[in-house]
Amino acid sequence: MRSLILRTVAPLIVGLMVLFSIFVLLRGHNEPGGGFIGGLIAVAALSIYGIAFGVETVRRAIVFHPLAIAGAGLMLSTLSGLVSMVFHVPFMTGLWIYPVILGEAVPLSSVMTFDIGVYLVVVGAVTSVALSLEERGED
Amino acid sequence: MSVADLTFLALLLPFLGAIVAPLLTRILGHNAAWVLALVPVAIFLHFTGFSAEIARGEVVTGGYAWVPSFQVRFSWLIDGLSLTFMLLISGIGALIVLYSGGYLKGHPHQGRFFSFLLMFMGSMLGLVASDSFLMLFVFWELTSITSFLLIGFDHQREAARRAALQALVVTGGGGLCLLAGLIILWNMTGINQFSLLTAFAPQVKASPLYLVALVLVLGGAFTKSAQFPFHFWLPNAMEAPTPVSAYLHSATMVKAGVYLLMRLYPVLGGTPAWQIILPVFGAATLIIGALLAVRQTDLKLMLAYTTVSSLGLLVLLTGFGAPYAIEAAALYLVAHSLFKGALFMVAGCIDHETGTRDVTRLGGLRSAMPLTFAIAIASAASMGGLPPFFGFLAKEEVYTALSAFDGRAMIFAVLAVVGNALMFAAAFAVALKPFIGKRIETPQAAHEAPVLLWLGPAVLTLMGLAAALLSGTVHELITSPMASAIAGEARVVTISLAPHIGVPAALSTLTVLLGIGVYLRLARLRAAIAAALAAIGWGPDRGFDQAMRGLVRLSSAVTRRLQTGRLDIYMTATFTLLAVVLIVPPFLYGELARAPVFPQDIPLHELAIMAIAVIGLVAVVLARDRLTAIVSLGIQGFSVAVIFLLYGAPDLAFTQFMIETLAVVILALVMTRLRLSPSDHRPLRENLPDAAIALACGLGATLFLLKVTEAPFDTGLSDFFNQYSKTIAHGANVVNVIIVDFRGTDTLGEIAVVMIAALAILSLVRLRAGSLRRIADNDPDAEEASR
Repeated sequence: MRSLILRTVAPLIVGLMVLFSIFVLLRGHNEPGGGFIGGLIAVAALSIYGIAFGVETVRRAIVFHPLAIAGAGLMLSTLSGLVSMVFHVPFMTGLWIYPVILGEAVPLSSVMTFDIGVYLVVVGAVTSVALSLEERGED
Repeated sequence: MSVADLTFLALLLPFLGAIVAPLLTRILGHNAAWVLALVPVAIFLHFTGFSAEIARGEVVTGGYAWVPSFQVRFSWLIDGLSLTFMLLISGIGALIVLYSGGYLKGHPHQGRFFSFLLMFMGSMLGLVASDSFLMLFVFWELTSITSFLLIGFDHQREAARRAALQALVVTGGGGLCLLAGLIILWNMTGINQFSLLTAFAPQVKASPLYLVALVLVLGGAFTKSAQFPFHFWLPNAMEAPTPVSAYLHSATMVKAGVYLLMRLYPVLGGTPAWQIILPVFGAATLIIGALLAVRQTDLKLMLAYTTVSSLGLLVLLTGFGAPYAIEAAALYLVAHSLFKGALFMVAGCIDHETGTRDVTRLGGLRSAMPLTFAIAIASAASMGGLPPFFGFLAKEEVYTALSAFDGRAMIFAVLAVVGNALMFAAAFAVALKPFIGKRIETPQAAHEAPVLLWLGPAVLTLMGLAAALLSGTVHELITSPMASAIAGEARVVTISLAPHIGVPAALSTLTVLLGIGVYLRLARLRAAIAAALAAIGWGPDRGFDQAMRGLVRLSSAVTRRLQTGRLDIYMTATFTLLAVVLIVPPFLYGELARAPVFPQDIPLHELAIMAIAVIGLVAVVLARDRLTAIVSLGIQGFSVAVIFLLYGAPDLAFTQFMIETLAVVILALVMTRLRLSPSDHRPLRENLPDAAIALACGLGATLFLLKVTEAPFDTGLSDFFNQYSKTIAHGANVVNVIIVDFRGTDTLGEIAVVMIAALAILSLVRLRAGSLRRIADNDPDAEEASR
């Protein structure tokens, strides 16, 4: 789609959506949101980008192959579950630390990294499907 | 380190050796064999340390908890039986490692070969060391798998691949039988360790499941030890490099079945069923193996069939149940490992130095290979049961056991004499024929084998000689404890080289005379057997092929019937079934929902949203072209999301919004991708059944939901999560806490599914027309048609 309006607005929308998706991901533990929803928003953003500028541009923009992103996410989630084994508590037990950053205690946890993994899997998996469907150059 | 830890390490050592073998071979070349042989030597020395205790009749056990919740232990049992096997495995193993160093010198994958060989050694050691049932089973199947790797080592030849697969299917399948049998024993007694099982023998034998357990265990033992009619995989396994044949298919692995029978003898043995099945199958295997051995002209195949034959004799003896039978089995097992291992290595030497294994194309090698000749003759003498070799003692004991004066014993004695005479002829056909007579030109100019090749067989032959000369010591350390362990009571083996006149000696003489007669008429006998086999025209080997082809054809037919590859058929089937499942049971059991009471005060905005959902649906059904239908489906989905939002499920609504958006985008992409026509015109007679199924599904879902909401809502789970999500999981959003914390492992599984689904979709999208041909390649009918 070579619409001038879309191509002008798309970068702005896409940037905002990706930012929003990360916001949704991180606030998920206490407010509506989470890795799954955040991931879907990011996929929607990338789809818009792809419709506006073509698949190649998206592939360049995300640097890694989408499936590699999904794989990394799955790895991250699994490792987040495995961390608990080091502390001799059952698999997937949430572990929390509260480092003080700029005078503010920031709760960080293995649960959060797990959710980030979910986010990456959703982004990678659905994007790879959407992109490969959009791609029509090779046939 | 305690002895137990050292034993565990000894069991682990071959696998560690397997890891370093490829690297070591890259550095040292074929001389890595000298280093790698230290692995079995160390194991041999470690287990020799137990021999004094074992000779006193003690039993050494040890182990660790493995699966404590099922009372499964990783535990070993060292008694006379397992110790003998361990010493054979590690001792012969060391010689075989050296031999492979010479035999596969310069082979590009020699490191891999060493690795497989050591892995097999570890599996076999673990098998005979196992006290726990499951440990035995795991190592049992590991020997099948490593043997698969070794037989298929020359994986570029189709025959090797077929033989490997055949061995894996037969012995692996037998292993599953064995597992079932062991589990039955476990259920019967509550015991899963061999060392404790003996005490329950009367209970096992009286159990109604005894025969089932016996047959299943025999299924494992007979396949592994190549008993008729499962013998066919063993000769085919000769596709493996000769060190493998010498090690796995004569000295060690094929004896695993016999080992199992001996191990379970105190528990399962001695019953009428045992004393009928084992001798009958053993004798059949003995005779058929010996006849087929004489029929062959390939050195390795002759030896392979005599191995089948010897295994039959061992099974016969284990099941015979007369005095001295167990002692004879123990003696013969040790003797066979020594002489057959040596003979295989000799056959390998001849093959390696002359380039052929065909006995009709070999002759007059004695001057070129004098040392090999001497080794061969000595080993063949042991195999033929001639003094002063250990094989002689074994055969005397065999005939002592069989020479009772009752009908049953006499039949088996006759069969044993015939079988042994044929084996005698085969032994000398392998060990004498190639060396005497006129010199025949061979593909390579023959010369003496290098030290790495003759060292192994020479040591084994000398061992066979020494064991006979020092029979007192050998009986004290090896055979008496072994026979006692098998019998479950103290047995003393006394036989020696001292001449003893009697029935056994007479049978022995008869065997030798008969054997010489067969040897002299070998060519004529070979032709006669070949003609007889041609007349039968069918054997278990072909049967195996037919069974495998039938299996492939059956699965192909079933797949073609169930998986037509047409999406509309799948969907019709799925949704018809869904409708049936939803609608039929409520009517059948009178569980229909009561008519719902509609609330009077539905707010206007909710009504409006529901109206939009319905409008979206109607639009889908009426839409003329596909794109409109897809977008209209989005309208409906968004309305549902709004309903979720209104009823306090923001996470769900949020997700629904995103899914609907992406679904529209992806469906539109799929549509363009598949180059569908923009609209879908189908005649009414196709549309009507689909509409009926859709309506039925809708009706069923409605009925189901109404019924579900009738029951009072159980707030147990929501209360739990509301109460604990903040306190335990530090999160206020219950939905998210459930996803990432309380049920995090589920989520992990789900994202793995998402990932796999993406991979699958990606490969589907990338399918091209050419890939259709690849699917057809798996079709056996098409494959045959193309030949």
